[in-house]
Amino acid sequence: MIPGDPAGDPAAGVATGEDGVVVERPRQGPASAGGAVHGDPAGGPGPGVGGNADGAGAAGGAGGIGGGVGRARRGRAYGVASAVLLAAMVVGVLAGAAGLPARGVALALLDRLPLVSAHSGLTSSQEGLLFQLRVPRVLLAALVGGLLAMAGAGYQGVFRNPLADPYLLGAAAGAGLTVTLVVVFLGGDAGVAAVPVAAFAGAVGGVFLAYALGSAAGRGGGTSTLVLAGVAVTSFLTAIQTFVQQLKVDELQRIYSWILGDVGGGWEQLAMVAPYAAVSTVVMLLHGRLLDVLSVGDEEATGLGVHATRVRFVVLLAASLATAAAVAVSGLIAFVGIVVPHVVRRLAGWSYRIVLPLSFLGGAAFLVLADTVARTVLAPAELPIGVVTAFVGAPFFVTVLRMSRRVDA
Amino acid sequence: MSGPHAEDGGADAAGVRARGVGVTLGERPVLADVSLSAGRGAWLAVIGPNGAGKSTLLRAVAGLIPAEGAVFVNGVPVRALRPRDRARLVAYAPQSPALPPDMTVYEYALLGRTPYIAYLGRESARDREVTGSVLERLDLDAFASRPLGHLSGGERQRVVLARALAQQAPVLLLDEPTTALDLGHQQQVMDLVDQLRVADRLTVVTTLHDLTLAGQYADTLVLLAGGRAVAAGTPDQVLTEPLLARHFGARVRVGPAPDGRPLVHLVRLGGARA
Repeated sequence: MIPGDPAGDPAAGVATGEDGVVVERPRQGPASAGGAVHGDPAGGPGPGVGGNADGAGAAGGAGGIGGGVGRARRGRAYGVASAVLLAAMVVGVLAGAAGLPARGVALALLDRLPLVSAHSGLTSSQEGLLFQLRVPRVLLAALVGGLLAMAGAGYQGVFRNPLADPYLLGAAAGAGLTVTLVVVFLGGDAGVAAVPVAAFAGAVGGVFLAYALGSAAGRGGGTSTLVLAGVAVTSFLTAIQTFVQQLKVDELQRIYSWILGDVGGGWEQLAMVAPYAAVSTVVMLLHGRLLDVLSVGDEEATGLGVHATRVRFVVLLAASLATAAAVAVSGLIAFVGIVVPHVVRRLAGWSYRIVLPLSFLGGAAFLVLADTVARTVLAPAELPIGVVTAFVGAPFFVTVLRMSRRVDA
Repeated sequence: MSGPHAEDGGADAAGVRARGVGVTLGERPVLADVSLSAGRGAWLAVIGPNGAGKSTLLRAVAGLIPAEGAVFVNGVPVRALRPRDRARLVAYAPQSPALPPDMTVYEYALLGRTPYIAYLGRESARDREVTGSVLERLDLDAFASRPLGHLSGGERQRVVLARALAQQAPVLLLDEPTTALDLGHQQQVMDLVDQLRVADRLTVVTTLHDLTLAGQYADTLVLLAGGRAVAAGTPDQVLTEPLLARHFGARVRVGPAPDGRPLVHLVRLGGARA
């Protein structure tokens, strides 16, 4: 094809008819030859949204699973995640040191629904246990787990780094430090009221410190520089926190149990963080598409007309708010923010439009179950929930990491 | 420094015009006072030795990095535009684009519709329709649901092109579109760009390190060396033995190809074999 006078008559230059383009179908590269059967048939219904993702998964192995997530598959993913969460919550409500009859619990819960009246047959102390301890505890665990997992996914999108996490970035350590300061030096009711605000300030401060340190260390380092900076910030902030704790040894037990995580805060705690949780969740879910655009890099995102820096800033604030809300009521619970989004990505695809909401559901289910285990394994004693998540999460994370390495290679 | 299709003055000139573009990275001037002009339907190639500032020039024209000077697309000063509006006028494909391995071809091409989607909005039926027809045009519809990680080099390049075309911008900036492709795939990609240029009257600006390829496809060449435009004009005017010897430090022979365009080939040290 030799360009003659391109500004002149198109027909003189290229004889390809009105549509302009007639290209030979190129031979398929070696990479695609193996799985070449799973394309949409040409001329089929809208490309990409078709339901052939299962074929792609089967032909392409693990790497193909994250590919074209059809609408039906998306719906199924939400259905499965919601069902798992619901089942986890049922287990969480029923299990515990004091046994509750399943039938009675079901009837008591039904009775609370508007327009439904049922006689549960529970004693008043059983009712109290159910509604003052179990139900708020399960709800708080679900909320905290959802927030942490979604915040993890958000940080991963902002930094284009699958290892980004509220803990690795210094957000949780920042929140932990400020909350410790508030608990130790303010104490009392004023301290409790200041906890969410302090946690937010600490979380944002921690991330920005990590970000500034990572940027100062050089642009060439890329995403690993940021994580290393985050680890340094985390160590530093944790050191200060330890120092403060040792200053106030009489408060040590209180802080210690908070650090290891606890979702037994009840309705007041739920009410306290609900607004923060709602704002951060809505903001993050709204930015799923823009995080998808950012996944091709800042420069190209800018070329596509997106204010990359602004999007990152907004999502960063929202993820930090979510982290802070979670940390403020539950202390430090590790691994939810990094394990859950990874699993979701493996099962449901790469897009943040689905990773963010599914991480919320998955994280919620995960933490409800973790809390149930924490309450029951050593019953009547309770294990800190952070111990359970780390015990399950750390080996799991290593496995996920190995799998992702193998696929990427 | 105007190509054969460039208009000289008028603010409403179609195509792309850049005047006095300069870029400084840190303390170091990378680009100084570069101007270029390519009319509607024209193909301009930026050539030059390694480190001459070719990619930087393209990114400056695309408005991706801070730069001095002015860039006009169809007479509109694009550097003053919001990124969204600019992205409707200029589509840019970098030399090695990030291709998330799990993203499908369709999903990636759909990203090209980003400038038409409101900040918190979602893709419209029209966006999906445009993307579908672009994939069909590039013969990629059979690949639509394939993950990017499963594509060959030539397929990848076409997918990147599809994303750029989905932007429906009149100006296409392609940074080394043939990098890492074998001979046949180089030709396929260049032919494809050429056909699209003619069919849609697109203005194409590419950086190219292969001089013969540049001479084959472009109407206008701009030769960059040390951050300055040292020559510009038709392939015959720019691809000359003295200019290439001076700026590339290369011993070359330039002769006419059968189609009359210049053919650049290297000459071995010690002269021709006996």
